[in-house]
Amino acid sequence: MGTVVDKLKAQCAVKKTTQDSFVKQSDIPQGLFVACEKCHAAIYQKVLDENLRVCPHCQYHFRLNAPERIRVTLDEGSFSELFSRLTSTNPLSMPDYEDKLAKTMSLTNLKEAFMCGTGAINGIQVAFGVLDPFFLMGSMGSVVGEKMTRLTEYATKARLPLIVFSGSGGARMQEGIYSLMQMAKTSMAIKRHSDAGLLFISVLTDPTTGGVAASYASLGDILIAEQGALIGFACPRVIKQTIQQDLPEGFQTSEFQLKHGQVDLVAKRYQIKPMLTRLLKLHQPGTNK
Amino acid sequence: MNPNIEDVIWTKIKLARHPKRPTSQSIIPLVIDDFIELFGDREFSDDHAFITGIGRFEGLPVTVIAQEKGITTPERIERNFGMPHPEGYRKAMRAMKQAEKFHRPIIVFIDTPGAYPGIGAEERGQAQAIAKNLFEMTSIKTPIIAFVISEGGSGGALAIGVADKVYMLENSIYSILSPEGFASILFKDSTLAKKAASLMKLTSEDLYSFKIIDGIVKEAEAGFHENVELTVKHMRQIIKKELKQLTKLDPDALLEHRYQRFRRMGVVVEQ
Repeated sequence: MGTVVDKLKAQCAVKKTTQDSFVKQSDIPQGLFVACEKCHAAIYQKVLDENLRVCPHCQYHFRLNAPERIRVTLDEGSFSELFSRLTSTNPLSMPDYEDKLAKTMSLTNLKEAFMCGTGAINGIQVAFGVLDPFFLMGSMGSVVGEKMTRLTEYATKARLPLIVFSGSGGARMQEGIYSLMQMAKTSMAIKRHSDAGLLFISVLTDPTTGGVAASYASLGDILIAEQGALIGFACPRVIKQTIQQDLPEGFQTSEFQLKHGQVDLVAKRYQIKPMLTRLLKLHQPGTNK
Repeated sequence: MNPNIEDVIWTKIKLARHPKRPTSQSIIPLVIDDFIELFGDREFSDDHAFITGIGRFEGLPVTVIAQEKGITTPERIERNFGMPHPEGYRKAMRAMKQAEKFHRPIIVFIDTPGAYPGIGAEERGQAQAIAKNLFEMTSIKTPIIAFVISEGGSGGALAIGVADKVYMLENSIYSILSPEGFASILFKDSTLAKKAASLMKLTSEDLYSFKIIDGIVKEAEAGFHENVELTVKHMRQIIKKELKQLTKLDPDALLEHRYQRFRRMGVVVEQ
């Protein structure tokens, strides 16, 4: 039975490769129309960008890549990247993995799926990380796990609040057991940050599933789900085919997670930065006087 | 890939999944004396994919946390084929917290194809339950020794696997996904599981060479079920040896050792 489940899981992972279309869209020169992924309305690229890449007609939240997320979240010019020199290797000698990495690197202009550093949110200094859902589905392999862990350790040492946006299909299959161990490594680092009395706000964006959802991303003191995101442990198709029945309307959405007590808040994209600011201010030293 | 290597690995997987392979319920009485099973997570229910309880190892009180797939078909259904729900992980954590309170070492037996993917599991926070265990196990101030006895399936296995020492039985597997699932991704064909298995590096030898595990528990040539005594004896020797070392450490040193054990895992290039 377990193997049937895994087979279905695998099918889900394959289906999700349609994400490439998002990347290409963001490469369309300014001024052209973009079709909304949900309502199919034509939107001016410029209007879409000004609206934080949220469809003005149906409120569909387009997925953001890491630089876009940094742009809409951190104060202009405040981001200072850390650990940018880490790149992936092919520890299991998995066929085609190096090619896939090279292709993705040139397509996204990123070295890996996780981008992190320090920055400011309305003047408040934070350690900041973002998992790019366009880089191999934002999957967590050794580099993502290592960067997330280093960022967390840096935040613990520097006594900084930690803000991480996740958008990931889960563990990176090509790095096998090493990917699995990143779940433990990142969660352990978060425990130490937490024990130091520091704040971790985890923002779950579309999609946050699998090994990322089942590790550090679910361990925030406060969990904010971006509106309309897919959030869960198993992929909906796996569940549907395992239980052989249709899934309830809105299953595994941000709103579903809120209803079931699994996240603190659901926020629209434009609400996230103001909310982070308020939460950060409430956790600043001296605010409880 | 050398077809002979494929055969060798596939033979191991067949042994790991052998219908006669002893499961936790058979192993526990052979390793632990005076075992008392304790049920429930105190929040929602009792997950039968987990057996938890207390007993003695060579006189020393210990807590046991074990995943159980079941033996007969009705029992396998009852135990959900060893695929826990969130309440299973919470039951395990309750037992771990209790062990910490009474300074009892924890012996873990991992045996699951993975955490269950279902509506109830999602509603009750499967991701949250697994994450919380990884988080909490970081600071459980008592020695934890884990054995992968047949299948260590993904996050569902790791959620009780953040241990000070992790051993695998010779013919067990520990992986991010089953070979069938992996074949679907890699070759778009689940029937090529045998080929996928040879690429995945999921055997006890592979994981030992990667330093993901601390050692391998011997099995008879024809598998665990052919000479249970041999494997159990080796398991007992390992527990004895490791407890002797781990109980010498003060809690801070123990937790630092556990942290560093996982901290070094991963392969990266820094240019």
